[in-house]
Amino acid sequence: MIQTIYVMWLRQLKRYWRSKSRLIGSIGQPLLFLVAFGFGFSPVFEKAGGVDYMQFLVPGIVAMTILFTSMFTGIEVVWDRRFGFLKETLVAPISRTDIMIGRTLGGATISVIQGLVVLLLAFLIGFRPVSWFSILPAVFFMFLLSIFLTGFGTAIASRIDDMQAFPMIMNLLIMPMFFLSGALFPIDGLPSFIKLLVLVNPLSYGVDGLRATLTGVMSFTLPLDLTVLAGLSILVNLVGAWLFSRIEI
Amino acid sequence: MIKVMNLTKNFNGFTAVDDISFNVGEGEIFAFLGPNGAGKSTTIKMLTTLLKPSSGKLMVNGFNPLTQQDDARRSFGIVFQDQSIDEELTAYENMEFHGVLYGVEKETRTERIKQLMEMVGLWSRRDDYVKYYSGGMKRRLEIARGLIHHPRILFLDEPTLGLDPQTRNNIWEHILELNADDGMTIFFTTHYMAEAEEVADRVAIIDHGQIITSGTVEEIRSSTSTSSLEDAFLQLTGRSIREENATSMDRMRLRRGVRR
Ligand SMILES: Nc1ncnc2c1ncn2[C@@H]1O[C@H](COP(=O)(O)OP(=O)(O)OP(=O)(O)O)[C@@H](O)[C@H]1O
Ligand SMILES: [Mg+2]
Repeated sequence: MIQTIYVMWLRQLKRYWRSKSRLIGSIGQPLLFLVAFGFGFSPVFEKAGGVDYMQFLVPGIVAMTILFTSMFTGIEVVWDRRFGFLKETLVAPISRTDIMIGRTLGGATISVIQGLVVLLLAFLIGFRPVSWFSILPAVFFMFLLSIFLTGFGTAIASRIDDMQAFPMIMNLLIMPMFFLSGALFPIDGLPSFIKLLVLVNPLSYGVDGLRATLTGVMSFTLPLDLTVLAGLSILVNLVGAWLFSRIEI
Repeated sequence: MIKVMNLTKNFNGFTAVDDISFNVGEGEIFAFLGPNGAGKSTTIKMLTTLLKPSSGKLMVNGFNPLTQQDDARRSFGIVFQDQSIDEELTAYENMEFHGVLYGVEKETRTERIKQLMEMVGLWSRRDDYVKYYSGGMKRRLEIARGLIHHPRILFLDEPTLGLDPQTRNNIWEHILELNADDGMTIFFTTHYMAEAEEVADRVAIIDHGQIITSGTVEEIRSSTSTSSLEDAFLQLTGRSIREENATSMDRMRLRRGVRR
């Protein structure tokens, strides 16, 4: 069981590592956001008496990197279906839960790597965490968030056989999740109906957990962030395993 | 080894497999023949847990593919009609992946992968990415891969499609050897009648989702008073090219379109 999960994980990583365009392409966007928003809004933010905006923004951009990478990993399932490899895993005598976990861990690992690269670039342009030791719990949060989002994207992908439809559906989900998560602006002073949307958005808890560990600023509490993300991770993976058991080719 | 009873598969009102029944004994080499769109691949997919039957009973190596999926899955190896290898991996990595999924021990795995890749003449190209392989090389790799875990039953859906005669002979030789030595049951489809004539113990011919005849090659030839399986096949299934399938598919799409 561990071995099957391991080979599935390894396969994802090899495919990722060999596709240099994916490697570079997925870092361009967060970098653009970081520079444009970071330098663009910093003066406004400071004038309004807030803290250093760059400090505020970086955890949000790391979460955004993870959001995009994780959700789009699901497309691997659509590719595998399209190019036939999905059949090879489906006829193998392994539990559908293992298939789901293998895929999720593979995608999540890639997301964390991407997130770390963005964090590293943020250090270069002046971002400083509260303490260097806080990186460790931050990586843990990145991993948890990645597992949830990869599982989510993969579960959705198991129902889709159209290569064109997948990115459209993903963008439909990703955009509101990103903008209503507190990644770009503080959620405390928001009108109540928007705040409600932020509260039901799982990404908000990932952003909050990252910001809390990296900068010490938070809107919720760490145990709450942890519980929400862990609970959802288990849920999407169970649902995903069930969906995988129902795939017909 | 394989039992099929009143098996039916409907796709949105179109019946691809229509109430078929047959048995394949242990160690038997069984050829499943029929024109394009007859329902051969659909039957194989149901036997190999990829599709759920609309009705009917199935048994693979004594296991029900619907309820004892993993036991059934452990029993067979399969070479699909269309490609199922990961092109972004090397040939060796594809083989290794398969071996691990089927729980073949490391030592045995390494040994068998080498032996099988030598058999299909790909050992020296093992570290090439599959995307740089020719069509025939990919086919050979798929066949080698299906044998790593020494299955009790081997499903081959048009295994020799696109292979040169040398490779074809070579691969059949190896498969027949496995059949003779380990009693591996072989279930295969092909459009080369000579191939079926040569290797099959028993043949079933399916057309429009229904089995129209089955028996040994000898029996089928004599019942149709023909001298070759190809003549018998043409006599039984007619000479017209199968475009009915296309039209029935179109009709189906049309019907679906109207409903929407
Ligand atoms: N997923 C599907 N949805 C709808 N129709 C399908 C599906 N799969 C197969 N069919 C139809 O079922 C029929 C049988 O297809 P099948 O692939 O089993 O034929 P086959 O005997 O393997 O033919 P070939 O020799 O061309 O491989 C065809 O008419 C095909 O169009
Ligand atoms: Mg077919």
